[in-house]
Amino acid sequence: MSEQEKYSRRDFLKKSGYAAGGVVGGGLIASLITMQVMEDDPKTKNSQTNGGSEDQFNDAFMFFTNRDDFRVLASSCERIFPEDENGPGAIKLGVPFFIDHQLAGPWGNNTKEYMQGPFYKGEPTQGYQSRMNRGEIFRVGIKKLKEKAQSDYEKSFQELSAEEQDKILTAFENDDVKISGTTSAEFFEMMRAATIEGVYADPMYSGNRNMEGWKMKQFPGAQMSYIGKIESDKFVDIEPQSLHSMLNK
Amino acid sequence: MAKTLPKVDVVTVGVGWTGGILAAELAKDGMKVVGLERGKERSTEDYLHGHDELRYALRYELMQDTSKETLTFRNNRKQRALPMRQLGSFLLGENLGGAGVHWNGQTYRFFPYDFEIKSMTEKKYGKGKIKDGYFVQDWGITYDELEPYYDQFEKACGISGEENPMAGKRSNPYPTPPMKSTRSLDKFTKATKDLGYKPYRIPSANLSEPYKNQYGMQINACQYCAFCERFGCEYGAKSDPVISVIPAAKESGNYEIRYHSNVTEIIYDGNKVTGVKYVDVQSGEEFIQPAEVVALTSYVMNNVKFLLMSNIGKKYDPKTGKGVVGRSYCYQILPGATGFYEEEQFNTFMGAGALGTSINDFYGDNFDHSDLDFIHGGVVSITQTGKRPIANNPTPPDTPRWGKEFKNNSIKYYTRTLTIGSQGASLPYKENFLDLDPTYKDAYGLPLLRMTYNFTQQDKNLQKYITKKAAEISEKMGASKTVPNPELTDYSIVPYQTTHNTGGAIMGADPNSSVVNNYLQHWNAENLFVVGASAFAHNGGVNPTDTVGALAYRAAEGIKKYRKNGGSLV
Repeated sequence: MSEQEKYSRRDFLKKSGYAAGGVVGGGLIASLITMQVMEDDPKTKNSQTNGGSEDQFNDAFMFFTNRDDFRVLASSCERIFPEDENGPGAIKLGVPFFIDHQLAGPWGNNTKEYMQGPFYKGEPTQGYQSRMNRGEIFRVGIKKLKEKAQSDYEKSFQELSAEEQDKILTAFENDDVKISGTTSAEFFEMMRAATIEGVYADPMYSGNRNMEGWKMKQFPGAQMSYIGKIESDKFVDIEPQSLHSMLNK
Repeated sequence: MAKTLPKVDVVTVGVGWTGGILAAELAKDGMKVVGLERGKERSTEDYLHGHDELRYALRYELMQDTSKETLTFRNNRKQRALPMRQLGSFLLGENLGGAGVHWNGQTYRFFPYDFEIKSMTEKKYGKGKIKDGYFVQDWGITYDELEPYYDQFEKACGISGEENPMAGKRSNPYPTPPMKSTRSLDKFTKATKDLGYKPYRIPSANLSEPYKNQYGMQINACQYCAFCERFGCEYGAKSDPVISVIPAAKESGNYEIRYHSNVTEIIYDGNKVTGVKYVDVQSGEEFIQPAEVVALTSYVMNNVKFLLMSNIGKKYDPKTGKGVVGRSYCYQILPGATGFYEEEQFNTFMGAGALGTSINDFYGDNFDHSDLDFIHGGVVSITQTGKRPIANNPTPPDTPRWGKEFKNNSIKYYTRTLTIGSQGASLPYKENFLDLDPTYKDAYGLPLLRMTYNFTQQDKNLQKYITKKAAEISEKMGASKTVPNPELTDYSIVPYQTTHNTGGAIMGADPNSSVVNNYLQHWNAENLFVVGASAFAHNGGVNPTDTVGALAYRAAEGIKKYRKNGGSLV
């Protein structure tokens, strides 16, 4: 994004009064990322993209309270959606911050979920029956990941090799780890789903940095119309655009 | 103490498609109509930033707030029913326009067979063909009798479509021509023709061209932007109650919508209903709205819940098989197959909710069932509704669910899979029903509706058969690998399947086996009309909304007749 473009957008936002609200979010400067929190971690040190010359104000904790828990989450997300020849993995895409922010909001607090008791363990066909909200499930799930790393390998989760981390995550996925109040499979499914959301949700939510998730998948984001292209016989590769760009339209 | 308001001609409980249609027809006719909507007002302008998959598709922006109201679910009577704590299997609507705002717009009619399923099946295959425990029955109305009302609803929407050679007779062509086609649709057309089937374009409420309906309402041309299902249309190009019928009701000057008004009781004196009780959920005030006619126009679930809570009609008892309210709850099943293409890449990210092509060669009794262990069938289609990236991660079956291989395959096949889908008809079964939950309550202290439901042997057999046909089409289309949908096991409330729930207050010719007559008039309260898919005697193998709309026009005519002459309309 050129300096001029940046200023004109900010100008617009200021004039329209939008800047004060939560509408704009990370989309404004999504292309410039520094992930200070990740930097001093040996496994995630190379997580910066695009030079990082400007602060990414959204890269801070709304939900997590300590770096260690956040790093366990980040490492797990990266195993679910790793960096490869297709492009960046979960960490570079900002997924851990996406999840942090989601956990701090209505989703993490289950504001639209029916949370009245009595609570019983149901059949799998009956779905979510935990008395804990998603935020609490992530807290106990991450605590359990840490404990499992210690008990199986006598190391912290981040110190484990990718294969060892995968082994632990697989045990969670297969529901082989006991967690009070929820199940390891429930936590894993939630984390897996949230990781994919963070990869592909609009960048205003702090994931899908610089729309790299969309670019890998050739999804063009928020386009107004395909009426001129829908009948095309060939695949059409379109430069993606985010919802932020629609503010000016 | 509830405050009693001045009496009106008609009060509708809910303002979606059915409430909107009744309002447009009756207010225009001079009746004073009040619509009670538990949610908020909304309009086309509210969807400017609608292309947000997370907010709308995953966080259910437009749908029911289950913290306030949900239902409980169990697979059978022996299980303890537990609350559906978050949405999943189906997406209940809320706010002005209801689920009519976030529909895809596929607007098929049911077929003549659907309305006379019992008599036609017995005539051709004998009485033993319908197995014990299945409450298969005729609807008390024929396709030909319902045809004029289909016509009215399709005109209100401006449906874009073309003649289906296997469908019931139409009195008029579709109001607008079919939508544009795409490469994947063309492949399906060619393959199905080669197999000897009769493809036709899906009748669509995403309009192919700008259109003005019978009320003078403008509906715009679809942009194929790929955000229909779970979204509102920012172009006003997908017919919905808010743009197609509600403004007509408002123009009459006889219509008032009260928002944030949650109905808690239908007041019933054992003979007639006198009005409804509701609470303004923002102020907490309670009101009684007396009315000459009460119309239940909410979704299936609440239409049935209101009847159960207000003790109107005999409740269904699965032990004896007697009683009608809550009986014949049906859903749909989803046979199909996914083709993976190594060489071709498709523009699957473009599309519209009703952009597609279908065949009806395996619908109803269009194929011989003599040697088959099920009746009915389903539409088989390809659709290009616009695949969005969070929800669509197709991978070949041996791919892990996460990690490097998952990432690579889900990215690769996102634009390299085409699904042949079907909607299998669902027949009522004695163990599938709705009643009130004895334990769990909603935010207003009222019992939650309890759903007892599982797939039946009929469903399992149908699923297997149609899946095979879908896989054959996929192979004919040239897929490198075709993966058939799995066989049915127990129904689960967790993964999204379809928002095509029906029954519980079904229509029919006999008060002993139905709740409403063929004007949707309640057998036990002549001034109560229960309108919607709750009236379906079974669920057909196509999308239900056209039939819901047709029944609403039928009910509107019934209410006009009732206001003139009173009494039972049949």
